[in-house]
Amino acid sequence: MKVKMLSRNPDNYVRETKLDLQRVPRNYDPTLHPFEVPREYVRALNATKLERVFAKPFLASLDGHRDGVNCLAKHPKSLATVLSGACDGEVRIWNLTKRKCIRTIQAHEGFVRGICTRFCGTSFFTVGDDKTVKQWKMDGPGYGEEEEPLHTILGKTVYTGIDHHWKEAVFATCGQQVDIWDEQRTSPICSMTWGFDSISSVKFNPIETFLLGSCASDRNIVLYDMRQATPLKKVILDMRTNTICWNPMEAFVFTAANEDYNLYTFDMRALDTPVMVHMDHVSAVLDVDYSPTGKEFVSASFDKSIRIFPVDKSRSREVYHTKRMQHVICVKWTSDSKYIMCGSDEMNIRLWKANASEKLGVLTSREKAAKDYNQKLKEKFQHHPHIKRIARHRHLPKSIYSQIQEQRIMKEARRRKEVNRLKHSKPGSVAIVSEKKKHVVAVVK
Amino acid sequence: MSEVGAAESLLALSQQEELEDLPKDYALSPSEDEVDIDGERKHQKLLEAISSLDGKNRWKLAERSEASLKVSEFSVTSEGSGEKLVLSDLLGPVKTSSSLAVVKKQLNRVKSKKTVELPLNKEEVERIHREVAFNKTSQALSKWDPIVLKNRQAEQLVFPLKKEQSAFAPIEHVLSGWKARTPLEQEVFNLLHKNKQPMTDPLLTPVEKASLKAMSLEEAKMRRAELQRARALQSYYEARARREKKIKSKKYHKVLKKGKARKALKDFEKLRKVNPTAALEELEKIEKARMMERMSLKHQNSGKWAKSKAIMAKYDLEARQAMQEQLARNKELTQKLQVASNSEEEEEGVEEEGDLVPDAVNEIQMDADGPNPWMLRNHSRGTKEAKGQDPEQLPDPVAHEASESEEEEDRPGAEEETLLNEFEERRSLRRKSGLNQDAEPVSRQEPKDSSSQEVLSELRALAQKLNKEKNQSGKQNMSSTRTVPVVQREGPPKAEEEPLLLQRPERAHTVQELEELAKEGCFQNEEVPRPGREGQQTERNPNTQPGVPKEKKRKEQMIDLQNLLTTKSPSVKSLAIPTTVEELEDEEERDQKQMIKEAFAGDDVIRDFLKEKREAVEASKPKDVDLTLPGWGEWGGMGLKPSAKKRRRFLIKTPEGPPRKDKNLPNVIINEKRNVHAAAHQVRVLPYPFTHHQQFERTIQTPIGSTWNTQRAFQKLTTPKVVTKPGHIIKPIKAEDVGYRSSSRSDLSVVQRNPKQLSIRHKKQLKKNSVD
Repeated sequence: MKVKMLSRNPDNYVRETKLDLQRVPRNYDPTLHPFEVPREYVRALNATKLERVFAKPFLASLDGHRDGVNCLAKHPKSLATVLSGACDGEVRIWNLTKRKCIRTIQAHEGFVRGICTRFCGTSFFTVGDDKTVKQWKMDGPGYGEEEEPLHTILGKTVYTGIDHHWKEAVFATCGQQVDIWDEQRTSPICSMTWGFDSISSVKFNPIETFLLGSCASDRNIVLYDMRQATPLKKVILDMRTNTICWNPMEAFVFTAANEDYNLYTFDMRALDTPVMVHMDHVSAVLDVDYSPTGKEFVSASFDKSIRIFPVDKSRSREVYHTKRMQHVICVKWTSDSKYIMCGSDEMNIRLWKANASEKLGVLTSREKAAKDYNQKLKEKFQHHPHIKRIARHRHLPKSIYSQIQEQRIMKEARRRKEVNRLKHSKPGSVAIVSEKKKHVVAVVK
Repeated sequence: MSEVGAAESLLALSQQEELEDLPKDYALSPSEDEVDIDGERKHQKLLEAISSLDGKNRWKLAERSEASLKVSEFSVTSEGSGEKLVLSDLLGPVKTSSSLAVVKKQLNRVKSKKTVELPLNKEEVERIHREVAFNKTSQALSKWDPIVLKNRQAEQLVFPLKKEQSAFAPIEHVLSGWKARTPLEQEVFNLLHKNKQPMTDPLLTPVEKASLKAMSLEEAKMRRAELQRARALQSYYEARARREKKIKSKKYHKVLKKGKARKALKDFEKLRKVNPTAALEELEKIEKARMMERMSLKHQNSGKWAKSKAIMAKYDLEARQAMQEQLARNKELTQKLQVASNSEEEEEGVEEEGDLVPDAVNEIQMDADGPNPWMLRNHSRGTKEAKGQDPEQLPDPVAHEASESEEEEDRPGAEEETLLNEFEERRSLRRKSGLNQDAEPVSRQEPKDSSSQEVLSELRALAQKLNKEKNQSGKQNMSSTRTVPVVQREGPPKAEEEPLLLQRPERAHTVQELEELAKEGCFQNEEVPRPGREGQQTERNPNTQPGVPKEKKRKEQMIDLQNLLTTKSPSVKSLAIPTTVEELEDEEERDQKQMIKEAFAGDDVIRDFLKEKREAVEASKPKDVDLTLPGWGEWGGMGLKPSAKKRRRFLIKTPEGPPRKDKNLPNVIINEKRNVHAAAHQVRVLPYPFTHHQQFERTIQTPIGSTWNTQRAFQKLTTPKVVTKPGHIIKPIKAEDVGYRSSSRSDLSVVQRNPKQLSIRHKKQLKKNSVD
């Protein structure tokens, strides 16, 4: 007769140190845990619902400007510092953690057209309607000192935009032509033109830093090479492009915010077809900025909303709006990729979470694990109708909603007409133009 | 007005004609005769005046209509001839005159030279520049393709991309600023200091360093040779030892051992003479070995080998001898060299008795007045049951056997006697079984025997510990029943009761348990075969067993189930099998099941299920369509019924559908209808990235939760695509980060070093400025 006793090896359940986790023996036999798909489905559904419940993206509103906010700039070294220029020529520096304005400068007469920070974060540049380029120190003046710019360059024409080189003491302005300036000189080291219309914005490529992109009022986007001091190529779109933004992770990709309510992502080596057409806005897109991860970008529109698009999707994943927010003129994604700032007509700068339902603050490891698991579940079951419906549901202001309906009808009508034309014409005589190609008028070498 | 207009136009026409004609004359005249040039001019003037009359200057270029040598110098046109003036034509007339030789030569030289092409216009040049530049940049950008692709496809991207470089400072540098603070660290450092171990530089100790410095070539060679020799020797000895170990001859080993022992003894003797202190030490060693032996009882017959020998001893003389030898060795080893060892042995014996005897006694105490009434009840029930079974079947032989085999071990010396006894017992047992259980097949006895053997072997350990005193009593007990030795053992332990009381609960518990287990085992052994046998008997002739109505009842129930489930299905089998298995289980469990059965006597789940299934099958069957109209084509009236013929005629039989999926699964109902509520949760079309529905289903079916996966797998499955650190600035990707050489040493310097274009531009600007 064998006497069976309960005997356990302490190695199996005693912790070596206090900090170790308690060992919880588990049996992974699948027969003990049945219905894995339905159970996970329910979990995914709950996670999706909770995501919508906790989606509270609006964090703060920074008010203080006395006119519409025309431009924004991030500080390259400090996450908490943001600069903004208003339509009355005032520049303000904000502290995001305190949500307060820490400095106010009357920089220009008339609009502050553009603002950019130096790569080291010690100074910043502004251009205004008073035909000047001014360099300012980032730190405020000492006691008894006057608020004065470090340098002021008087130009002949109005500058409409400015951007600083990512590595060197060079900046570029645009207006009648694209000028490249050395910080130490009062005349541009080179100026490049192609066409005769005024250029609305110029942007340096953050990776291949010698490349520039600009967009002008004659509906074109022009690329320049700073080293060879020559334009490279020009693409003409249906309507005017307001601004462009380079992808910070992919050297040859940029996105253009267009007046025709769309955004176009281009590969600069093949300008004849955009890589992706992003459409969801119902009015002109005024500004665009990439997330520092290069996976998404945010766009500000005249339709009083901002939208977040994944780079590889043509539809937005998120739309932010509030009752009081008017036409959004400028938008920036903070460099830790967690927040979005937008400046709008009604003198406010708003701070949003980039991920609407994200919990702020430090997460415990269990919270983190649960978050990751929920995210994966949502991804896994994203095609299921109920989950898709809940995840996509957004409340929109009536104006935008009705606009969307209207445009849907218009688009459908256009499509129908096209189809009919195709049907009633000799085969081959009417070419089918894809949505991507439709908006590109020409590429000029 | 219109007429006037027409006239005017006509006039103009005629004038034009005139004009066309006139120049011919005019062209012919002037070059030849310059004499009347004046008149010509006047004429010309006149003409001009006339033509300018109608307000329009209708000057028409001269046109050559026929060949003529005279060409007006004023109206040279390239028109008409369509020929290009070639240099050779000009040279033609020059050929003849020799005075123009120099010019001729020069012209010839010019002729041989090629003309410089016209420069392209500015726009074209710029376009070319742009194209070249664009190609160059796009080529330069293509180096990013693999990185972009990698990042797009990456399972996980962790930002910021550039990791903080861990410093590769050597350990000395790191440690230089570090001090041992805790006592443990200090201790470790002290130790290291003492042994001259390296504290900072982990590579070499000072000794090693010194040796490295000190050793010359010859020394090193010598040392190497020494080492080689030592290694060779070692390997040789190892090989030899291995060889010797392999020798299987017992005799050889015995001789070897004896030789060793003898040698040791000799040595000892020698030592005693030479060095008494060392001898004493040796003696102590021997004493120690003895103590060890006593502690371990290595040479008592408790080992595996000894047990096997004990079994063999019955048949094998050699084995018996070996056992004896071993015992002798035990005695020899355990014998103390000093005097007064006997008394100790006695004491030891007493001690052992004190230890072991109460174990056996306890059970009786517990029987009499155990502290735990539950245990008591159990026990008494056990005994009762045993008693109840007595008349039916004799449990004695088992117990008897047990006691008998117990004795077996106790008397290692008297093997022959045991052998004889054994045989006798076997014979008696067979006789008894023959008397009582004629019908019982012999095979039934076997498992019982083996199991009882098992029980015995467990008890053997206990029994073995009883010392020699019991040996004698054991002899008497040999033929007596189990209870007898217990009673006999009752005597001595009473003296030991006091110390026992302290530990009683524990000990009593264990012993009792043991006892109970043993008993249970016995009961089980007796019980196990019975129901099965009964089953067999009932099957043979169910009327012969009126004494077990309960069993029969269950049997009936079983049959009833089988009746219910008409088809022979695996599930029915599985239902039937546990009933037999269940009988193998413990009494308590059986009781429990019985209770449950009684409690749920009314619920016939299986019947309900079958009914439900039948209904489901009926419901799913396609229905016939009856189109008969009662009263149609017949006389009306109360209680009218359409005739059978009519009904047959208008009955449309629907064809039978495909067989149900659960047709061959008696314990399953498969609903083949589409569930609308479930369908609302299902994906209708294959989502985009998937190319086949199986692919999609597979992704859905693999669970990712920690309920179904190990922690590691769970973590791996739920890794987020993009990880960012809160509060860290993510900078744009850099060529240096991904291992590329930064393409632009300095964008600015290149601009400034591009002198041609810049200079051109500067010049232009300068010009502009000057113009302004």
